[in-house]
Amino acid sequence: MSVYLALGCLTLIFLVPVGMMISGSFKPDSLVLQEAGQLTSFFPDEIVLTNYQDVFARVDFAQYIFNSIYITGTIVLFGLFANSLAGYALSRLHWHGRKLILAGVIALIIIPLEAIAVPLFYEVTLFGWRNTYLVQIVPFIANAFSIYLFYTFFLGLPRELEEAARIDGAKPLRIFTCIVVPNAKPVFAAVAILTFLTQWGSFLWPLMVTHSENVRPLPLGIALFYTLPPLQWGDIFAFGVMMVLPVLVVFLVFQRWFVQGVASTGMKG
Amino acid sequence: MISASTDLRRRQDNKIAWFFCLPALIGLTFFIFFPFILAVFLSFTNLRLGSPLPLEFMGLSQYSRIFTDTAFLHALKNNTVFALIVVPLQTCLALLLALLINQPLRGMFIFRTLFFMPVIFPLSLVAVVWILIFAPGPQGTLNSLLELITLGSWEPRDFLHDPHLALPAITITSIWQGVGFQMVILLAALQSLPTELYEAAKVDGACRSQQFFHITLPLLKNPLIFVILVTTILAFRLFDQVQIMTRGGPNYATTTVMYEAVSAAFGSQQVARGAAMTVVFFIIVLALTLLQRYIVRQEGASS
Repeated sequence: MSVYLALGCLTLIFLVPVGMMISGSFKPDSLVLQEAGQLTSFFPDEIVLTNYQDVFARVDFAQYIFNSIYITGTIVLFGLFANSLAGYALSRLHWHGRKLILAGVIALIIIPLEAIAVPLFYEVTLFGWRNTYLVQIVPFIANAFSIYLFYTFFLGLPRELEEAARIDGAKPLRIFTCIVVPNAKPVFAAVAILTFLTQWGSFLWPLMVTHSENVRPLPLGIALFYTLPPLQWGDIFAFGVMMVLPVLVVFLVFQRWFVQGVASTGMKG
Repeated sequence: MISASTDLRRRQDNKIAWFFCLPALIGLTFFIFFPFILAVFLSFTNLRLGSPLPLEFMGLSQYSRIFTDTAFLHALKNNTVFALIVVPLQTCLALLLALLINQPLRGMFIFRTLFFMPVIFPLSLVAVVWILIFAPGPQGTLNSLLELITLGSWEPRDFLHDPHLALPAITITSIWQGVGFQMVILLAALQSLPTELYEAAKVDGACRSQQFFHITLPLLKNPLIFVILVTTILAFRLFDQVQIMTRGGPNYATTTVMYEAVSAAFGSQQVARGAAMTVVFFIIVLALTLLQRYIVRQEGASS
């Protein structure tokens, strides 16, 4: 019983900010700040949808959400392809340079984006890539940590099936797509979800390299919307709800995969 | 016959393996390795975007400049203070949540979902929502809550504009968003612990706190060290919340290494200066990682 009581109190801390956002998005703008401190204000007296209409009137919300989905989706898709192939070659194929490349990939894991953001910014400026989709996608496809996750997962798969297919004369690419991939769903899901989570919330990089609404993603959208006068909390929260809702639905449906994906990052310790 | 065929296979493998690795290797080379080398190189120059001055080598002078710069020194101090508060607090909270959820009781998955939920929220959205919670004046959520708790004796504060409260406010926001991530890692570790040990302990009459300190904690050592390392590195990466909630203010109270690096490179086009700051940032991350490896290895050698 005491466990439930403790959990209940903790739940409040996690739910109040979310509840505030949702209920605020349905309130008349003037009431959101006024009632921010009243616990009773969670259930608004009247529900208005004007905030949602306002968001679409004040910014091109559809463009923002399209940009986010397009950028994140492309990175996840191409990332799964490139990193899984590299992980497979590193774990299963015999080749000169394998050990060197593996050591290199592992060393690169500890370089976070922040450590290279400035020179990368300079590099893409030289390429003339600023303010494009390309600059937000291409640098993030290859990922050392994703390769490492694939590598360790493939090492743990039993070899027998692959060996049998090899003796039957199957080529590595065919073995990979027909035998390895179907048996590696958990790692594909984990990498997809981890990539998705980091890229969907990406803020620093798009802030540095983009300057127009056509290519900017949602996290920048909400930050800019907040600074756009007049300050209307109802509109801001409506923007927030719409930006988080699709992800929340996906999360609730696939939550087991989300949790396993995140837990898998801890296994390397 | 067998050796000839394996030999042929090896040679085929060689070509195919490079072919498999090529897309990822090109990406890593151009967008991580090369920029990393460039960061070190640029930090020894005077490069400024759009500047008419020729590129010159300046030795370590960018470094000596940033280490005498008030804003950057504040940034280093803030990151350190932030890490010293966030890391123990967030790790303990994550462990507490994981232990609670790991109880064999009904409905625990609901709590797991709830505590993990903020992790899927972009930090920028979380920062904006918490600005309202920290709103100044008696109607602000936190102000009125504290007034309720203290029975009206609380003086409303302007948290985000108070030099003493702005960093703690960012700390709370960050923990709220991130603790679910660490919780899930620790929960997975807890669930992989062997149950036999606990049964044996029960037979020996060990109470729950003894079980926790003598079985759970020692077995969780490596996951805990991992969580602490990840959280510390995250603490040094602090940027989004600062950019949105305080813009480094008031009076450098919340500025961070990344905030200063981005302001230098992007705000005032001083790429070389920004690069030097990110090199300092990387050295910190590297030192922390090596420290973790060292501790884990010591542990492995002694047991």
